[in-house]
Amino acid sequence: MADRITMQVARYRPEIESDATFQDYEVPCPRDWVILDGLNYVKDRLDGTLSYRWSCRMGICGSCGMTVNGEPKLTCATFLADYAPGPVRVEPLRNFPVIRDLVVEIGDFMRKLVKVKPWIIRDEGDVRPLSQGEYRQTPAELQDYKQFSMCINCMLCYAACPIYGLDPKFIGPAAIALAQRYNLDSRDHGARERMEILSEHAGIWGCTFVGECTKVCPKNVDPAGAIQRYKLSAAVESLKAFFMPRGA
Amino acid sequence: MIDGAGYTPHHPRWLRSHVSTYWWLGRRSYLAFILREVSSVFIAWFVVFLLLLVRALERGPAAYDAFLDWSAHPLVLALNAVTFLFAVLHAITWFNLAPQAMAVRLGAKPVPGWMIAGSNYLAWVAVSALILLLLTGAI
Repeated sequence: MADRITMQVARYRPEIESDATFQDYEVPCPRDWVILDGLNYVKDRLDGTLSYRWSCRMGICGSCGMTVNGEPKLTCATFLADYAPGPVRVEPLRNFPVIRDLVVEIGDFMRKLVKVKPWIIRDEGDVRPLSQGEYRQTPAELQDYKQFSMCINCMLCYAACPIYGLDPKFIGPAAIALAQRYNLDSRDHGARERMEILSEHAGIWGCTFVGECTKVCPKNVDPAGAIQRYKLSAAVESLKAFFMPRGA
Repeated sequence: MIDGAGYTPHHPRWLRSHVSTYWWLGRRSYLAFILREVSSVFIAWFVVFLLLLVRALERGPAAYDAFLDWSAHPLVLALNAVTFLFAVLHAITWFNLAPQAMAVRLGAKPVPGWMIAGSNYLAWVAVSALILLLLTGAI
């Protein structure tokens, strides 16, 4: 196995260039190094001007998502040696504006996330005082939404989604999956409120089920599945409203 | 967060890439998706073809014979052969996606995905067998 590998890293320095360029760095390639280790080596030893985001380096914080050889990946969970003998190409996440080098602007995602109200909403008058303790759940009730709660907001799904690339108004996979996470929570009463936002054209109906979001998700959240199930329940709701306008 | 902030309206120094018109050629799974979507056009064509057949039947034997002659034209045959391939693709891709779109439960237990997809295939085989029996005059 090669003991060194070339990383072709996308650079964008707005003060000196108007488009992205690639810079080659040769880094060690031990078996236990991930892409992020390679970038840290570059930053520490070869070129301190390289900019990128990272934090936990253990697949929890969701900040080190980048495009590795054309695929959206968490760079802390992608081994350098898997790309030997190289070169391995590292670019910023697609479908987001690039601020510098590998750093993308995530404001759009953050605003969309808040829009779907990803928190527990209780009916007015049904809020238990703190002194009465927590709202309890059975393991089966937890299982209903647990998969969707694993999302770490890494935005790989947005980078893989061609719909989001073509129509930036689309709310996108992770935000819808998180809305579904709360809809399926037995403690939550906010499904109707969220439906108002997500039944818009830029909501669930914007999705054409390409399915790439699910394939690239490092946490097996299956946002595509969440969206299709949401569509099904939205369709059932509107049928109900049509046939039983005064309520069931 | 600033209230009312839109989709990053004016930052001349941010680098924005545009999605190419041919984005669907860039990855095999994107191409498979586009083929699946295009298959709907052929399904729509086959619905029209069947409606024309029903109309010809309703108009009598002469119209039906004319319809048969027209459908034996090499161009129509070729179109229908392609339509058949797309119809198979359409059925298989959507049957395989069904488990992802449906969370079916039997009592407290979720039904496994292969069963949901399998029941679609089973229904497909059953209906095809029924049609085959009707065509061969067995029933």
